[in-house]
Order: sequence, then C-alpha cells, then structure tokens
Amino acid sequence: MNQYDAIVIGAGHNGLTNGAYLAKAGLKVAVLERNPYIGGATVSRELHKGWWYSNCSYVSSLLRPEITRDLELPRHGLQVVSFGGGATFMRNGDYFGNYSDHDRHYRELARHSKRDANAYDRYAADTSLQTKLIRPYLLRTPPDPTSIKPRDLRDLLEFARSFMDLGEEKLLDTIKFWTASVGDYLNEYFETDVIKAHMAGSGIIGTALGVYSPGTAYVLLHHYMGDVDGNVGAWGFARGGMGAIADALSKAFQSYGGEIICDANVDEIIVKNGRAAGVALKDGTEYRAPIVVSNLDPKRTFLDITNPSDLPKDVLKKARNFKIRGSSGKLNIALDGLPVFNGLDPRNRLMAGDLHFSDSLERQERAYDDWKAGTWSKDPYLDMMIPSLTDPTMAPPGKHMMSVFVQYAPPKVEGREWTDEDKDGFEKSVIDQISNYSPNFRDLILHCETRTPREIEAEVGLTEGNIFMGELTFDQLLFNRPFPGYAQYRSPIKGMYMCSSGTHPGGGVMAAPGANAAREILADLKKPNTVPGGYADD
Amino acid sequence: MSDVSRDTMLLTTPFHSRVEAMCDLNDWGNWMGYTTPNAYFDVELEYFAIRSTTGVFDLSPMNKYRVTGPDAQRYLDRLITRDVSKIGVNRVGYAIWCDDNGQVMDDGTIFRLGEQDYRICSYQRADDWLAWNTLGFDVTIENESAAVVGLAVQGPTSCTVLTLLGCTDLNQLKPFGIAHYTFEGRPMMVSRTGFTGDLGYEVWVPPESAEALWDQLFELGRDYLIKPIGSHALELARIEAGFLQANVDFMPAEEVVRVGRTRSPFELGLDWLVDFKKPLFNGRSALLKEQEKGSRYRFAMLDVEGNKPAEHSFILKGDKQVGTVTSAAWCPTAKANIAYAQIEMPHGAVGDELVAEIYYQRELHWTRLLAPCKVIDAPIFKSPKRWQTPAPPH
Repeated sequence: MNQYDAIVIGAGHNGLTNGAYLAKAGLKVAVLERNPYIGGATVSRELHKGWWYSNCSYVSSLLRPEITRDLELPRHGLQVVSFGGGATFMRNGDYFGNYSDHDRHYRELARHSKRDANAYDRYAADTSLQTKLIRPYLLRTPPDPTSIKPRDLRDLLEFARSFMDLGEEKLLDTIKFWTASVGDYLNEYFETDVIKAHMAGSGIIGTALGVYSPGTAYVLLHHYMGDVDGNVGAWGFARGGMGAIADALSKAFQSYGGEIICDANVDEIIVKNGRAAGVALKDGTEYRAPIVVSNLDPKRTFLDITNPSDLPKDVLKKARNFKIRGSSGKLNIALDGLPVFNGLDPRNRLMAGDLHFSDSLERQERAYDDWKAGTWSKDPYLDMMIPSLTDPTMAPPGKHMMSVFVQYAPPKVEGREWTDEDKDGFEKSVIDQISNYSPNFRDLILHCETRTPREIEAEVGLTEGNIFMGELTFDQLLFNRPFPGYAQYRSPIKGMYMCSSGTHPGGGVMAAPGANAAREILADLKKPNTVPGGYADD
Repeated sequence: MSDVSRDTMLLTTPFHSRVEAMCDLNDWGNWMGYTTPNAYFDVELEYFAIRSTTGVFDLSPMNKYRVTGPDAQRYLDRLITRDVSKIGVNRVGYAIWCDDNGQVMDDGTIFRLGEQDYRICSYQRADDWLAWNTLGFDVTIENESAAVVGLAVQGPTSCTVLTLLGCTDLNQLKPFGIAHYTFEGRPMMVSRTGFTGDLGYEVWVPPESAEALWDQLFELGRDYLIKPIGSHALELARIEAGFLQANVDFMPAEEVVRVGRTRSPFELGLDWLVDFKKPLFNGRSALLKEQEKGSRYRFAMLDVEGNKPAEHSFILKGDKQVGTVTSAAWCPTAKANIAYAQIEMPHGAVGDELVAEIYYQRELHWTRLLAPCKVIDAPIFKSPKRWQTPAPPH
C-alpha cells in the first residue's frame, strides 16, 4: 500500500530530520529520494577508489547539537570531529595563519599589524554579540510580523526586547551590521589587507554578492553562529565525510519506523479539494498522504512540482522572484601526497584548517566582477580543505583528499548554458590558482571531480547550484524566508509544507528547518511535539 | 651563583625530552611528583585524536608493583575483591582493593605475566599496604615504577601504527590481552587496555627505550595522524567512557580523615568486581554486612539536560539535596552532558529523575541553573571498535 500519514520529498538532511520527527510522533512516514542514494548535498562518495569525497557540503558546525543529541545520531554512527587552523597564502610568499590559541593568534596578527592584533578582541566581541542575538532563533519558527495570533505577538515582543535591551549604541551597530557589507564591517576594525581578506571569505561563501555588497556581513555571521561542542564559530568534519550525517539521520528515521524510497522522482504534488493528497512520480507511481512536505528549494517546490492552478498568483510570483543565484563550484581532488605551500611548513597544524589564496578585499571584489560579467573568476576565491589531515578514513595512509570550494561561478556563462569546455576552463583557473602557491600540487593530482553550477543543479537538484537554497540576505531571512507570509513552513495548500534550507534559518547543514517544520506540522495535527527546544545561550 | 642549592621539586619521565619538544602550550601539571603536560597544543583537538586517529599519553608516573612467588595468586586474591584465578596468563583484569572496612583504597589493573607472576598497575602508591598484606604468603613484592615506563596509544588507528612498529598480528589481540615483543633489542609489552573507551593499547618498555619508542611511534604514525595528548584531553575521554578516577570520584580510604567520606565498591557502582564466592579477601565481612543492610550511597551516571556541565553541582530531588557531582563534562563525541554523582539512598536508581543545581560564570556574572537530569544505566559513549577482534585498521 502506498498510503502514508506523511510524505517528505527529498532525502537531504532536512528531509530526513523532518521525517524523523514526524515518525517519532507516531506518523507513518516515507521520504522519497530522486537519486539512487540519499543525502542530497550531504553525501560522501567514493569517486576514486580509496578516496572518499564530501563532494557537496564539506564541513559541519551548524548542525544543531540539540537535534544530534535528541535523535541519538552518535549512537547511529555519527562522529563530528573538530579541526583547527587555517591560513591565507599571500602573493609575496608570506601567509596569515589562523590559530585557535588566543595568544598565538594575537602574535600572528601582530606579525602583520600590532594595531589589528589589538583590534581583534573588539571585533570578536562585537561579532559574538550578533551571534548571541540570532542563535536563540535557530530552533524556532520565525514570528509573523503581520499576525495578531498570541504566539506571534509574544515572539515578536521577545524578539524586539532582545534588541531593545542592547541600548542605543549597540542597537544602531546591530542595524548597521545586518545591512552592511562584510568589507565595510571589517574596515571598522582592521587595516591589513590579508587579515581582512581572510575574514571576509565567510561573508561571501555561497552568495552571489561581493565583499562590498550590502548584506554580506550577515553571511559572515551565518558562518560564525554554529558551534562544535559549545565553541561558537568552531567547525568540524563528519568522520567518513558529510554522508555520515545523512546516514545517521536515516538510521534515526528508520528506528522510528520511517521508510526511505530511492529512485523516486516526484513529478507533481497531488492536490484534491485544495488539500494535499499525495505525490505522483515521473514513472506514474502514486503515493498517498494527507501531509506532503517539500525539501526542495522554494522555486522547485512551487514552480516545478506543484500544479500552478493549485497556487495563488501571489505565491507563483514570489517563487519566481525568489533570489537563488548560483555563485559557486567545487573541485574534489584525490592527491598522491601532501602539497607544500609557499612559506608554510607542511607539518604546521594550520594546514588542517581552511586555506585560501585571496590576500586582499580588492582581489575578492574583482573575482565577483567576473561573475557579474557572466564568467567564472580568473583569480578565484577558494575555501580549500584537506580533511584527510584530520580524518584518516577519507584517503589511504599518506595520501590526501582535498575539497576546494570555488567562488565565483555563474549559473550561466555569458548568458548561455555551461559547456564541457567552460567546465575545463573553470577547472584550470582553480588548479592554476593553487599551483601559483604550491610547487608540487599539480603533480600530486590523481583524480579530480569538477562541479560547476550545472553539475550541482543536475545531480543534487539545487537550483542554479546555490548551496543555501536561496540567498541569505535580509530580504530573504527570518520572517521573509522564503517569502513574507509563508515563513512558518506552511504553503498556501492545506497539508503541504516546506522544510528545506530555503526556509528559516537557512542553509548550511543545520537540520533546523527540517525540525522546525516538523514542529509546525505536528501542531497542525494536534499531536504532541517531538522536536527539542534550543539550548539557552548564556 | 645563587646561594641556595637547587632541589628540583618535580621529576620528569624518561619521555620528557620528547614531551617537552611537542608541548607547544607549555601547560604543565604535577602528577605523582612528575612534570606532565595538561595539554600539548589544543585540548579539544587532542581529545579528537583519541576518538578519530591516535593519541599518545605518557603514563610513566603510574605505580607498578611486581608480585611473584608460589603464593602470588593467593596473595592477590586476599588483596583484591575479584576472583584472580579468572585472569588468565597474558591477560589483564581491572580491579579494586578495599581496606578491612570494605572501603575502596584504589583501583588499578592486574597484569598476569606468568603462572605466579603478576604486575599491579595502580594510581596510588601502595608499597606499605602491599607489604603488610604479605604476612603469611610466600610472595615477593617489587616496586617497578621506575623500571617500567609506558605510553598509552589510544584511538582508531592505534593498532595500525603499533603494527608498523613491529607488533606483529596485534590486530588479533583481544581486549585485555597482553602480547610480548622486542623493541631495539629490549623487551616491549603491549596490552590492549586503556582509559579512553576506544580501541587502544598500553606499551610498556624499560626507560632506556623511552625516547626511541616515542620517536619511532611518531615517525611511523604520521600518516595515521598520531598526536600527543595531555591529561585534560584524557580526562574528557574517561568521563565520556565511564571510568572512575581516584581522588576525584572517590577518596582513597587510607587518606580519609573525616568520618563517612570513604566509599564501598557498591557505592561506586562496582558490584561486578566483588566476588563473595572466592576465598577471604580484605573487607569481605564488611561488604557482606553492607550487602545485607544496604549502602549509604549510590553511584549514578546522569544525563543532564542542556549543555552546561554540572561541575561540582548539588543534586536535588524536589527541594531536598540528595547528592553531589564528582565528575562532569559535555561529551564531544556522544554529544551529551554527563555527570557522575554520589546520591544518598534510596535515590538515584536507573530512571530516577533528579535536578542538578548548576552554577556557571560568564563575564564575571554567575548564573544558577536547575537542570533536570536522569539516571542512565551505562556510559553514554560506546565504541564498537573497543571490543572488535580483529581490531579495525581505522
């Protein structure tokens, strides 16, 4: 029987989380996945024998510890391992290192500028203040500012109070922060190019904006607000690659009786009398359920798999105008050994962190100029990691796996579709960039998987290859995500919900949208809530 | 020149030159009169080496006593609460020993090296107690603490690294097994034991081998991401894995001044180590009486809500204070907030719901938090690798 209480479309981490909480509440749930494997963008794939790639998402910090603990993901095999370090290599042969030890970090900053080193504490305090404002709202449904329901009024009041409590000066700083560019924000603290460039990277990752575009300061925050074991801003790897997160979530989901169906490509959500009634697959199979949850991004949800005649024009228009611009690509590389970078001893622990090659805001902005001109960056910004320096399961001993996140890559090249030649050109720009700083890198390459927005969209189903399923700018955050009036995970169709990264609190492997959506669905069904509350920040 | 002669208060272990060279944080502690690193470079990353790669810990300051002679086994049976005959040759047993009142003096491991040849590895110094207990037994006790030094080599890649070091077929060694090798012409003993709850080994050598052992381990282990670990990282791992620590979770009975501050094995959740069917042992009659009359306290492992470690917390049942926390940590792999507590009977049974009164400070501001907690029946961290034979490669 293809009859369920709820159907979730898409076995990415949010779909699985949503399914797990619905199944935990006693619902009969199926999660449908288009690909033959689960995970969506949270996958580990052995694309070169002996080397495992986290070939989409590649680091974990935002994954809510409340969910990890509540769904007993460690018992289901998940092990998140912290990493430390990081560096930006400079054109002059020097580098800037990111040390976890505060005093060592001070000395490294001071090597470049004593004043910046001293300003860093002020920067860290101000940025922490912003993370404190947003973190309590990650595992909550955003209040609707137009609603007069008691819950919305109460939450809005609380939201407003946490801002008013800041006092005038900090409130003004906060308003500025939420709309500022990361470049301007950093200019308030630092004078040194490489220091600003190192920190600015977090403000543009996954975003079709430049370091001087308003709104990118928030994107920086989005990368700082996670934590590993309470260390806010720390990042970790899932042991065995990001797929370990999806695997553990799927086991938790199945432990509550949930069912995962792969190779199930949804064609359309079935709507009867204004209510969701199930889904029809492209092969004609139908699954029936009074609850249908879409883990696809808002564009695909409303423009691809919902019949336009079932939707108000308003929603079609909002979905059409939803900003979800492709800005990045990815190279996953199997290496025969450890590359050596100019100026840095390869045994230095900084090598185990995030490595970059853009040593000024100017270079980062020019990389964005190329995107605006419709092509990939000639001098790309890279967020490069060597997870095999932390996780011995990713590559054979002494060999290494390298994950290279690349920005920028446009969704279309000069207005036309990507070609294989374009992809080669994109790949070359990245390999050249790394080779400029590493004499032995090129000779170590055994295999390289290159993914432009074209491949990411085709294989993972992220529109334009946008990793966050929609830009993280203020017009698309909180009660605006995905669109005003629809930020509480409900669609205009009764029984149809959204749980993807296109909803609050947004992208990153956080699992919060999936959990938040489950809480709303269970409330509508008048079932007891199974979703944990967030830990109070102190 | 100073007019005061130098008298070094703390000693160093035979690994010190290597330990010192890797101790980037220069963060030292005092363990049994030895200079030992609290942390080498980053407590969290050191902890994760134990759980994901290999962590190396210098455990040389542990006390080691060789017990030999025709009565060695009988002697040990008198000393410890478990049945020594069940520890086979080339096997290790975890053990506790009590005073005559059935109060725990220390815990440790008993290595059976031959038919009547044992080594006790203990946290506390025990020369005096071991000597008194020889009365009536044909047995020789030798303090080997300085003659045998050791490294704990713990973590998922530990078996692979030690195999490269020459420990042939080490992956076949069962948990609590002992294997003998030679390292550069000198004996090297490897036991599949540890304080981390993960796959791991302890490597025992004479002090002359120490520096070469360290050098080769780190050279061969580089591709397996070997890291040195300090006592802070080990502390986190042992709480997560459910191990008790003398002087932290209980007071060694002989050192206690105030009445009622000692604990029996039953009060530490160590019932499984007490065997009344075997011959007379120290504390037996007191423990039998306690079993009959009931204990004063119960050891409870608590799963505490929220993410604030319940360090030094009072444990409440309703408004009443019923216990105190001895060890607590947010466990990074299990992603759980765990505390060990001593709870007054009859409270603290598995499933009991209690409240931890937690105090924490941020920016000089203290906050009091009442966190609900639940008594759980087993350690929260369970690594299948710990029990697998053959041991996994990573």
